[in-house]
Amino acid sequence: MIEIQNLTKRYGSFTALDNLNLSIDKGTVFGFVGPNGAGKSTTFSILATLLSPSEGTAYINGYEVAKDAKQVRKSIGYVPDFFGVYDQFKVHEYLDFYGSSYGIPSAERKAIIPQLLELVNLTEKIDSYVDLLSRGMKQRLCLARALIHDPEVLILDEPASGLDPRARVEMRGILKELKKMDKTIIISSHILPELSELCDELGVIEHGQLIAYGNVSQIENQLQAQKVLLVTVKGDAEQAVTFFEEDPFVVGVNYDEENPQLLQLSYQGTEDDQVTLLKQAIEHGIPVVTLSQKQTNLEDIFMEITKGGE
Amino acid sequence: MSRLQSLMINPVLNKEIKLRFRSFKSFISILLFLAICGAVCLAFIYIETQFSQDGFTSEDSRNLFMLLSMGQLGLIVFITPGLTAGAISGEREKQTLNILLTTQQSSTSIILSKLFSSILFLMLMLVASLPLYSIVFLYGGVSPQTVLIMFGFLLLTMLTIGSIGIMFSTVLKKTIVATITTYGIMLFLLVGTIILFVISLQFILGFSQGTAGQSNNMLPYFLLIFNPAVSMFSTLQSNMFMYEFDQLGIHVPLWVGYTPAYIIMTLLSLMIAIKKLRPSMKAKSKKAKKG
Repeated sequence: MIEIQNLTKRYGSFTALDNLNLSIDKGTVFGFVGPNGAGKSTTFSILATLLSPSEGTAYINGYEVAKDAKQVRKSIGYVPDFFGVYDQFKVHEYLDFYGSSYGIPSAERKAIIPQLLELVNLTEKIDSYVDLLSRGMKQRLCLARALIHDPEVLILDEPASGLDPRARVEMRGILKELKKMDKTIIISSHILPELSELCDELGVIEHGQLIAYGNVSQIENQLQAQKVLLVTVKGDAEQAVTFFEEDPFVVGVNYDEENPQLLQLSYQGTEDDQVTLLKQAIEHGIPVVTLSQKQTNLEDIFMEITKGGE
Repeated sequence: MSRLQSLMINPVLNKEIKLRFRSFKSFISILLFLAICGAVCLAFIYIETQFSQDGFTSEDSRNLFMLLSMGQLGLIVFITPGLTAGAISGEREKQTLNILLTTQQSSTSIILSKLFSSILFLMLMLVASLPLYSIVFLYGGVSPQTVLIMFGFLLLTMLTIGSIGIMFSTVLKKTIVATITTYGIMLFLLVGTIILFVISLQFILGFSQGTAGQSNNMLPYFLLIFNPAVSMFSTLQSNMFMYEFDQLGIHVPLWVGYTPAYIIMTLLSLMIAIKKLRPSMKAKSKKAKKG
């Protein structure tokens, strides 16, 4: 559905997007994650035919963005990260205007608009002036606007930025609805957890380059070289420390002075190695009370990998 | 939807008209404009009937017509840049342009409907002032043809200035810069051309002394055809600059040059605006292939 090939965008000597390659299948919700200025909006602008690439191409629905811009525009619904509204329009007039901009006949527009407003929970606002809506409502209205011509692909640039928690939850609910409608969605965020539960696939971008790609657990594996095992022992911890330090997969053992019974092992082995480790520990008479893997969330990993950018 | 229909019922045009005419400001400005025009006319008639011996003659009526037309031209020259120079850059500043550009609307249709919606308001002002011309007709002195020619002249001037405004609004990113540039161009057309005309006339007539009528230098004429005020005045008062042009050997009225010059300016400005509205994707991708 979306093919990005060697896409590069340069502004003078600054490279905003560096040889990006991506392939997104129909019906996939693809999350584009990266710190601010990593190249997410640049990619989206090129896909939305608003920016010409310096090198490389992108295809949407089989149409090349540079050559068949008109067909591409027909296939996409685009929600930019920052957008304005015509302040003297009412909600239904706003949608009607964009509907007619896509050449949808008047009678059809009249039928679609209430359905779209229902989808984004704005039915009771149909006669309100657009300018008087809250930020979250405007964001939802803009999403309804992007859907008016029933596009196959949705390009959503930071749709949840600037929203309060309740509005975020609502936005997520709508996106889940759209996912059920079998739309291909690419969505960007600089906050990783926001996307992890929603997306089938994720791409992490930094300095214009894709540094990780795959589903959530694959990303975790790609980005996380070692895990941390938490071991609680009873009584004397020193013997345990010596034992664990001898294991080839343990890179380091740390513990807190105040709580020496809780050991943190930096571990590089597989799950099978972990089983062997526990078995050996018991055979050697190490009084292990608990052994667990420290839960690292995606946000920690994200912070870790994007540290270089700061 | 047929092409013709989509041109006639254009969404952007529709939207602009709705938004512009919905505001109370538009209503007030038309009211004020008509009130001022009416007051000027009545004052003119009052002065002529009270203080001149022969009362309000057809000659006075003709003068009133010229005054009204000049007033309309002044209105067009000073208001059109303000109405059009923000047409595209204003959308950009309000962050609505990107969304508009991702719709199915062609660049041509966006630019043209922006132009027409901006000058439509001015046209309404002109049409609304038509009853004032009935005073002129009441006293004679001006033929209906002259009035029609005047309207055509004003319309062309409006279109051209509007197109220049739209072009700068598209090319220059900020409304304020586009507005200042458009007003700058207007100032040049109104004042700069006259200054250059006088200088060039001095030069040419100075060099060709004694051979008056045979110099055949068209430069002063070409400078003057870009001046809307002089061109308009000379159509009403055909003896204007007659002596100078006779010396240069030019016997073509100014409007003959003015009309094509302004049509070309309009078309050029619109073409640039349409081309620059969206990024030129094709040219760049070709370059990329070569590299």
